[in-house]
Amino acid sequence: MSTLHTVNKSPFERSTLGSCLEHLLPGDAVLILEDGVVGARKATGFADRIAAAAKNNAVCVLSEDMAARGMSEGDLIEGVTVVDYGGFVDLVTAHDRTQAWL
Amino acid sequence: MEEDGYQGDVCKRFLYVNRRAPYGTIYALESLEVVLIGAAFEQDVSVAFLDDGVYQLVKGQDTSGIGMKNFSATYNALGDYEVTKLFVEKESLAERGLTADDLMEITYEDEDDDWAEKPSIRLVDRAEMAALMADQDVILSF
Amino acid sequence: MAYELNGNSYDHDEEGYLTDLSKWNSELAELIAEDEKIAMTDEHWEVVNFLREYYDEYQIAPAIRVLVKAMKKKFGPEKGSNKYLYELFPYGPAKQACKIAGLPKPTGCV
Repeated sequence: MSTLHTVNKSPFERSTLGSCLEHLLPGDAVLILEDGVVGARKATGFADRIAAAAKNNAVCVLSEDMAARGMSEGDLIEGVTVVDYGGFVDLVTAHDRTQAWL
Repeated sequence: MEEDGYQGDVCKRFLYVNRRAPYGTIYALESLEVVLIGAAFEQDVSVAFLDDGVYQLVKGQDTSGIGMKNFSATYNALGDYEVTKLFVEKESLAERGLTADDLMEITYEDEDDDWAEKPSIRLVDRAEMAALMADQDVILSF
Repeated sequence: MAYELNGNSYDHDEEGYLTDLSKWNSELAELIAEDEKIAMTDEHWEVVNFLREYYDEYQIAPAIRVLVKAMKKKFGPEKGSNKYLYELFPYGPAKQACKIAGLPKPTGCV
């Protein structure tokens, strides 16, 4: 029994991503999308928290939202994986429930 | 939830997650209304309050000066709608300088226990909140 | 759209619910009831007053099943029943009684 958490807010504007990371259980995955993707960039003030989460849980970012914001794979924190919309669907089906953090 | 129509005997576990303070945005009120409307479907409902969501339950709210309806009184009607499990995260309270004493007293009457009045609010820590989320069929976030 | 009573007008929405519930009074309730083809009796008033008290305390008009349960608790099983309430308010107790009580349509009522 595991949960897919989706977060669409930048961690520099809202506490949503931080709060989500603090409620992860083993087996849960996080998909960061829309404005949230800027939180997956390396060397930011938030990067340590993402890196720590990625050691224990799958942390993914949506490629289309990265591209729209000028980000490429080389910009990402180590351990973070890229998925496209098809991968988004796979994540939803691979977990028992989805929690869309707002 | 069922594509092929309402199935009366299906009872799912629903969790409503509240993370916003009331009045500044519509989220808190919308969440409360969805909980009340959703109660008609007789599911197993829990309501979670974490982050700024804990401000929704703070006592002594007075909206007379801001021209908005004070819907804090409505949380006490949730028991009539058989919504009796309100989970409040301890860490979220502490981070905001609040304790359980700062919250409204919210109760429900237990039909199976001669209408004894019981508290609806249950304090949980962050790990328990995470476990609560993991125990649901459906999570609706506000 | 408004109810007219004793030279005053009281705005209502397209379904007849009072726009400003603080303007409500018992004469106006009788007029709204007339529009609903209901002749108010003590039994009708008991329900209307009960709804107003509920709204005062909780800031919502209760859904029908909540009303039934609450009436049952306060007035006993005979009055706390769908049958009793529908006899008083044939087009839906929550809807009609709330309208007469000057309250908004019950939350969750479509």
